[in-house]
Amino acid sequence: MILPVVLWSDILIFALAIAVGLFVWQVRKNPLAKARWRTVFENKVGVTSFVIILFYVLISLVDSLHFREPLPQLEGENASDKVAYSSEVKSVLDLVLVNLEEGAETTYSAPFALYSFAKENMTAEDGTVYRDFPRLENGGSHLADEADHLWDIFGKSIQAILVGLIIGFIPVALHMWLRKRAGNTEDYIPWNVAYGTFIALVVISTWILMVSEYYHILGTDKVGQDVLYQSIKAIRTGVLIGTLATLVTLPIAIVLGISAGYFKGWVDDTVQFIYTTLSSIPGILLIAASVLLIDVYIETNPEAFNLTILRSDFKFIALCAILGLISWTTLCRLLRAETLKVSQLDYVQAAHAFGVSHSGVIRKHILPNVTHIILISVVLDFSAFVLAEAVLSYIGVGVDPNMHSWGNMINAARSELSRDPSVWWSVTSAFILMFTLVLAANLFSDEVRNAFDPRTAKGN
Amino acid sequence: MARVHLGDKHVTQEDIDNWKSQRGYDKPLFVNSERSGLDVVTDTIFFDKSIRLLAFDFGKSDEGRSIANDIEERMWPSLALQIPTFIIGIMVNICFALIIVMFRASLFEFAALTLCVGMLSISAVFYIIGGQFFFSKLWNLVPISGYLTGWDAIQFLILPIIIGVIAGVGAGTRLYRTIFIEEASKDYMRTARAKGVSELNILFKHLLPNGMIPILTSVVVVIPTLFMGSLLMESFFGIPGLGSYTLDAIQAQDFAIVRSMVFLGAVLYIIGLLLTDISYTLVDPRVKLS
Amino acid sequence: MTMTDTTNQAPLLTVRNLRVTAGSNALVKGINFEIFPKEIFALVGESGSGKSLTSLSIMRLLPEALTISHGEINFKDTKLFTLTETQMNTVRGRKIAMIFQEPQTSLNPVQTIGAQLKEVLELHQNIQGNALQAKLVSLLDEVGIPDPEARLKWYPHQLSGGQKQRVMIAMALACEPDLLIADEPTTALDVTIQRQILELLDKLRRDRNLGVLLITHDMGVVSEMADRVAVMQYGEILEQTDCKSFFANPQHEYSQRLINSLPDTKHFIQGEDAETILTVDDLKIWFPKKSGILQKTVGHTKAVDGVSFSVEKGKTLAIVGESGSGKTTTGKAILRLNPIHDGSIKFNGKELVGLSHKQFHPYRRDIQVIFQDPFSSMNPRMTVREIIEEGMVSLGVEPDADKREGKMRALLERVGMLPEHLDRFPHEFSGGQRQRIAIARALAVDPKLIICDEPTSALDVSIRGQVLDLLNDLQKETGVSLLFITHDLSIIPHLAHNVAVMKNGVIVEQGTTQDVMESPQHPYTQALLQAVPKIQTV
Repeated sequence: MILPVVLWSDILIFALAIAVGLFVWQVRKNPLAKARWRTVFENKVGVTSFVIILFYVLISLVDSLHFREPLPQLEGENASDKVAYSSEVKSVLDLVLVNLEEGAETTYSAPFALYSFAKENMTAEDGTVYRDFPRLENGGSHLADEADHLWDIFGKSIQAILVGLIIGFIPVALHMWLRKRAGNTEDYIPWNVAYGTFIALVVISTWILMVSEYYHILGTDKVGQDVLYQSIKAIRTGVLIGTLATLVTLPIAIVLGISAGYFKGWVDDTVQFIYTTLSSIPGILLIAASVLLIDVYIETNPEAFNLTILRSDFKFIALCAILGLISWTTLCRLLRAETLKVSQLDYVQAAHAFGVSHSGVIRKHILPNVTHIILISVVLDFSAFVLAEAVLSYIGVGVDPNMHSWGNMINAARSELSRDPSVWWSVTSAFILMFTLVLAANLFSDEVRNAFDPRTAKGN
Repeated sequence: MARVHLGDKHVTQEDIDNWKSQRGYDKPLFVNSERSGLDVVTDTIFFDKSIRLLAFDFGKSDEGRSIANDIEERMWPSLALQIPTFIIGIMVNICFALIIVMFRASLFEFAALTLCVGMLSISAVFYIIGGQFFFSKLWNLVPISGYLTGWDAIQFLILPIIIGVIAGVGAGTRLYRTIFIEEASKDYMRTARAKGVSELNILFKHLLPNGMIPILTSVVVVIPTLFMGSLLMESFFGIPGLGSYTLDAIQAQDFAIVRSMVFLGAVLYIIGLLLTDISYTLVDPRVKLS
Repeated sequence: MTMTDTTNQAPLLTVRNLRVTAGSNALVKGINFEIFPKEIFALVGESGSGKSLTSLSIMRLLPEALTISHGEINFKDTKLFTLTETQMNTVRGRKIAMIFQEPQTSLNPVQTIGAQLKEVLELHQNIQGNALQAKLVSLLDEVGIPDPEARLKWYPHQLSGGQKQRVMIAMALACEPDLLIADEPTTALDVTIQRQILELLDKLRRDRNLGVLLITHDMGVVSEMADRVAVMQYGEILEQTDCKSFFANPQHEYSQRLINSLPDTKHFIQGEDAETILTVDDLKIWFPKKSGILQKTVGHTKAVDGVSFSVEKGKTLAIVGESGSGKTTTGKAILRLNPIHDGSIKFNGKELVGLSHKQFHPYRRDIQVIFQDPFSSMNPRMTVREIIEEGMVSLGVEPDADKREGKMRALLERVGMLPEHLDRFPHEFSGGQRQRIAIARALAVDPKLIICDEPTSALDVSIRGQVLDLLNDLQKETGVSLLFITHDLSIIPHLAHNVAVMKNGVIVEQGTTQDVMESPQHPYTQALLQAVPKIQTV
């Protein structure tokens, strides 16, 4: 029986998913918001980027179900004795990626390689010692004849793609059939594009999962761990940083920004003073200082962090919180400006003339009018934070080196590139995965902006 | 701090105390009740370290060097890197933005904007690593990192400047384009067309001068902070500027330096804000200095 | 204004079968007309008629989303649609010039007046140096700008609205075009300024042998200025003839409606004596001017500087003034939407100035408001029900939800809408309908006094009368008093028992409407009355 482990970040990510669900449900009730979101999804780019983002989020969620496996029974123990659990914490995603995780090598190896990247001392049959590239333990170990290498890759790939297509088509066909049955006439979503993206993602995933049983698709790193595995595990880190940090900025920016713009007077002056002061301190320094403080806290409380993963998780959440705490100023400024403008509108004045209370005015008139700014900000901040993580890890104030993250991979990759011949696959892998996510987020945010900005939105 | 500085070797409490008294950390934090008179407040860590900053007395770093001297020495490399990147970056972004505006609602515009989004989705780190890899390692055009004083520095600066400009093209071009598009929809543009002014002249004589107002004011505020250097660029390229100075200080936990740099950063930011207000009055005839 | 003899002359501009579309929507559906030299041709219509699009098509300045799908426009002998863009640029500003509605935003804010005038001259003509300078000065002089040499160095924001429009005219006429297109050139200006600009246009037309395409919605302007007129609605020309015949005998029912929309200034509304419900005494609304680093108050902008008036129960007081007179500021101050510097406001004998926010709350039920712009006075995200209900809920009118619903339905019917409209959103309705909803909203809380801030100014002319009639009827039925703020003197006799004329923050004249309008004492009132364009009786 496995022992589930619940990390704080796990709780947060599921709470987030639920919150998003509630938000979507809310939107369905409001026809104006519904119409706006419709424009976002009417667009091919909007749909594609959304599906990709959804895919990443799904991976993160699956990666957030953690557990510990029981250690095998030692001889002489009764079954009824207490079971000892491994100190290694795994997640459900690890089960899926079992091929990638377990087939570790000793050191570097190039993508699809058969041989290790570094020379080792090997003994020949006749007892002489020579240095050569040893054959990999796991990668390509099934291959009998090396000449078949390329054909083998090709063959396995075709196999995997076919399987992927079949797997992908099944839910698509089901969905199409359901749609036809429901006789949906108002088909504004370009479903074909959605299906296409979905199938493409499924095919890629199947290919990765099947081919990785035989090869290290993107090679291995210094300690022999599969690079692709690391990059996929790093998705959760990236997605989490983006969302959690954004979550921290939102309430602060909204409350302060709207108050400053609505109440003006000394409230405005105070808020302006706060954010000007905060902006004047270079951000990196603030982050660095805070991270150091967290480190000190962890060191002085070792009992609370007995597992490595608990420690890195705490550091991680703290980092997200810190990032959020220093980044709210831009959104606050924007909200203040927009609130000032909206307060002048006739219908807000009418509400005052009707004696509507301040909270009523803010809730019913101001908030709905600044939601578009908040939405756009949310998506933009998301990608900014993901990008920032890479930079921070380099400086050394990013996530714990024990945690998988693209930043850590890049950090390690720096010296690797300058080797001769260079080890390029770590950086490339991190780049591809990170770029896809950030690009999808940026494109999606562009669509959201086009749909919600009052000047470009349809129906205005 | 003391532990980090003295190294991981076996450190006794005595060593730590010595280190502290040498640098004035053995005094109380805010109020020194052992002294009398004004010294009650002045012979404290707070006054010693923080208030002195207001007089621009930065004191000494943990190494014992004068921070003020270090700053003076290291600001030149930072400026040598930041100023060209800044100026060239803005000019390139404005040109690209204007070109994109000229081809409104065309395939070119769509392709160009998509390219911009793609470029700004790439972390600066990748640009640096990629740039170093291709230009220095593979093609051997410029040295990877390092620095020499004087005119020799150029060979070390070319790559970081180029990378700095390229990294900023995506976001900058898109932003300026948005500003120009906003100006292009204003009434006076229609008047200019009704006068028979050619499209090219409309772009340069009407759109650009008006568009420069918001652009300039958003740009001026950044100028003073150029002093501080770019932490990222300088450490990747081994340029001994204020950025790497700060970074090294953070990693070495040398708070004296960090404190000074924070203070300097804040001061420069405030100057930037003032400059912005001033530039508004210079550029926009509607605004008077009040 | 004299009529011009247009027979036996070749037309300056010929428009044939012009069709303008946006996607599959036709906005201009095949129109024909001609303009002759030295005549003023008026193109009349309300919003959505396509008149502005027609003028932009002549200059080929249509926005990208619209296309000219059919037709031809000939200017003298040139077919305008066959010209390249470069060739068209030699026509624009040189042979055909255009001035626009909004002088505030139509000039480049970062260039001096002189530079902008110079641009058009240098583009089309070969003048330089001293001759150029002299020409610039004479242009400004011709359009009536005082002290022209100095003004050449000024920036647009330093001029008033009327002066900006004069500069626009100077720019348009600098290269001596044959045709001037004027798209609602005076709509955004005050009535007295409008009179001056129209007279200027007429003078220039005669001096320079100019043909003018005048686009407007004001029948009075048409009557006074135009030689020939065409009426447009929904992209079609309904009627086209010379002015005299048009006003004597309008053919189309829509034309008749437009002409009749000019209010009757002969019949004055009568009312009996009644008690005063609102008394304003020496009201001052001053806005502080702050300067310096510490933001010290260095002086005040005296928006309203000591006005006194009163409103009687069941009757209407109109406050008339041009922009900047302080009339809207006064109205808003009574509603506590503007801070009051000094003075007294008594409602039913109780002093309102000095009450705290909470103490004033119950009075909000008695004093309500209707705003000018029907598009921005209602939250587009709220249904009509929520909009009308908002005030009722916050002021505690009719706590029972069912009774409230019933009341709202009755109100909507009373203002000429249907009860099912409660579930719709504001953007589904026209301007006139929205204003009716706004009236229903104000009435929902059973007020005793409604402050109407220019409620008809943003509406189409043919709709205005209906809304005013509605207000009149409601007043007779419910006995509500109205404080009617407006700049349009012509609608007052019909509606207001008393009138106060405001200028620069003070009341220059007040009294019963009949007295003030038939025998105005103050020179400003006289100028206002004289400035309103009226239909000429031949």
